[in-house]
Amino acid sequence: MKKLSARRRHPLAALVVLLFALAATGGLYAVFAPAEAAKADSSAQSLQIDEGKRLFAVGCSSCHGLNGEGSSTGPSLAGVGSAAVDFQVGTGRMPAQQPGAQVLKKPNIYSQDDIDAMAAFVASLGPGPVTPTKDQYTSTETDAISKGGELFRTNCSQCHNFAGAGGALTQGKFAPSLENVDAKHIYEAMQTGPQNMPSFPDTTMPEKQKQEIVAFVRYQANDAPNPGGLSLGSLGPVTEGLFGWIFGLGVLIAIAIWVAAHTTKAKKS
Amino acid sequence: MSHDMSDDKLPADTAEGHGEVAAADNPFADPGLPAHEVRRTDIDERAAKRAERHVSLLFIVSMLATVGFIASYVSIDPDKIVYIFPLGHISAMNFALGMTLGVALFCIGAGAVHWARTLMSDVEHPAERHPIEADDEVRADVIEQFKTGAGESGFGRRKMIRNTLIGSMALVPLSGVMLLRDLGPLPEKSLDSTAWSEATPAMPIQLINMNTNEPMKAEDIGIGSLTFAMPGPSALRPNGLQESDEDFQQQIAKDALMLIRIQPEDIKDAQSAALGFEGVLAYSKICTHVGCPISLYEQQTHHALCPCHQSTFDLSDGARVIFGPAGHPLPQLKISTDSLGYLVATGDFSHPVGPSFWERSE
Ligand code: FES
Repeated sequence: MKKLSARRRHPLAALVVLLFALAATGGLYAVFAPAEAAKADSSAQSLQIDEGKRLFAVGCSSCHGLNGEGSSTGPSLAGVGSAAVDFQVGTGRMPAQQPGAQVLKKPNIYSQDDIDAMAAFVASLGPGPVTPTKDQYTSTETDAISKGGELFRTNCSQCHNFAGAGGALTQGKFAPSLENVDAKHIYEAMQTGPQNMPSFPDTTMPEKQKQEIVAFVRYQANDAPNPGGLSLGSLGPVTEGLFGWIFGLGVLIAIAIWVAAHTTKAKKS
Repeated sequence: MSHDMSDDKLPADTAEGHGEVAAADNPFADPGLPAHEVRRTDIDERAAKRAERHVSLLFIVSMLATVGFIASYVSIDPDKIVYIFPLGHISAMNFALGMTLGVALFCIGAGAVHWARTLMSDVEHPAERHPIEADDEVRADVIEQFKTGAGESGFGRRKMIRNTLIGSMALVPLSGVMLLRDLGPLPEKSLDSTAWSEATPAMPIQLINMNTNEPMKAEDIGIGSLTFAMPGPSALRPNGLQESDEDFQQQIAKDALMLIRIQPEDIKDAQSAALGFEGVLAYSKICTHVGCPISLYEQQTHHALCPCHQSTFDLSDGARVIFGPAGHPLPQLKISTDSLGYLVATGDFSHPVGPSFWERSE
């Protein structure tokens, strides 16, 4: 040690220290640099995000801004999460066809891979609800439908009607019918609260309850029998009354006129 | 159809109509009745017999359908669901009952109509119109009789009888009015307070999530979310409200709560913001018009809509009425958090819940 400290003023000392420092950083890098596999993984993900960003620039940026920061025509997307993108694009609501009270559902033009890429890009802007997996929105419980029915009547039926047929809101807005809606999209709508729908986060409505609601809505749309035959849209007295007045009474009046109008007569010649 | 009906069975000449024929110079003359035409069944006994058989057949079908109705009522399992195109999955029993009863009634009607059209007498019976009033002689006689009767009863002479009679007749409708009392009793003070009124800052009542039956923390209520809550345990109800409680229906109607969260800077009414907790606001779910449950909450506009008569409340502005017939804003509950961070109410609603009533204090 004494020898070493004696030479610390040697002209080459600085060079030696520099060499040591370089060797140390190189060695540290070799030890801590990410492993080969991890490198490939992250580049795949960043590729997806890049791809998503490219699609976003084409389809979404005119309203939501190039980096999803929002503009006067579209809200900021930081923190909406991948579930919101999967719902909005998957149901064709985004990109929006035209501004108005409510953005309408229309055929979706993106492949699921494209949607996933855009969702990955938007998710990278800030943490938010994550696209659910199949086992998150599929319930295996046997009593899920009846429990879901109860939850549906507490939380959803006021807007979507007791049978999920949908209903009117204010100023041209409406709660859409839930018939033929994907289980995944129903789940995502509850998670994210699209447009004017309130959200039902896991903190107030746990995942299991959302599963039950999905089970009920799907049952209602697909398998629920209709004991009386025609449901007439399950809208209640309006359609039923209309049907009674127009078809019921109308047919009776037509028959009465027909009965009174002609009697078979025997004609000479 | 009968093809062997010979012409000679037809009357040689159809009877003449008996009205005047419209003259060329008077287009509005009474055209009279058209000539009577006979029906095939009037002149052809075989056609008549066939029509008779048709009518009875319809009645027999009706009988069979009624038997079918009774049979399906006793034999079909009420829970059985069948698939019938184009109706879909429907209750087998409903379908069978509706079909058989429909056929039974229809066949009676169809049989009766067919009978009337083919077999019942087809002769026109003109009926002249006459003035409805009686002739002068009859009228004079009736008036005379009335006068005699009035004189004999002494109605005009015996004032006491007349007046008491009028009095009793006038009072009788009051018994109908009395029955309206059954619409009561008046609510008096019962609408002034809810189960939340037991809450005090010292003894707050927890807000219980209606979905999970658990208390909630403020951070559980996300911005743009909607949650329904009921009162938790209190001094008077140590187990909270139970379905078996006698006043259960009344209480759930009065206590119902919707919880929303708005960015604090978006809340326009300072007083309303103060009643909430960090942007979490608790409003009554009962419309102040006639009391429908409302929770059609639009999270972007912060409007809550009543489905009954479209009253719209702005929840970011103290639930002010911005449209519709409701008379006053939705009552708001003062909330805060307890030492463990759970949301609690520290007092009753700001106003009585629901529609106005006579005794309402303000
Ligand atoms: S009850 Fe709500 S508007 Fe009439």
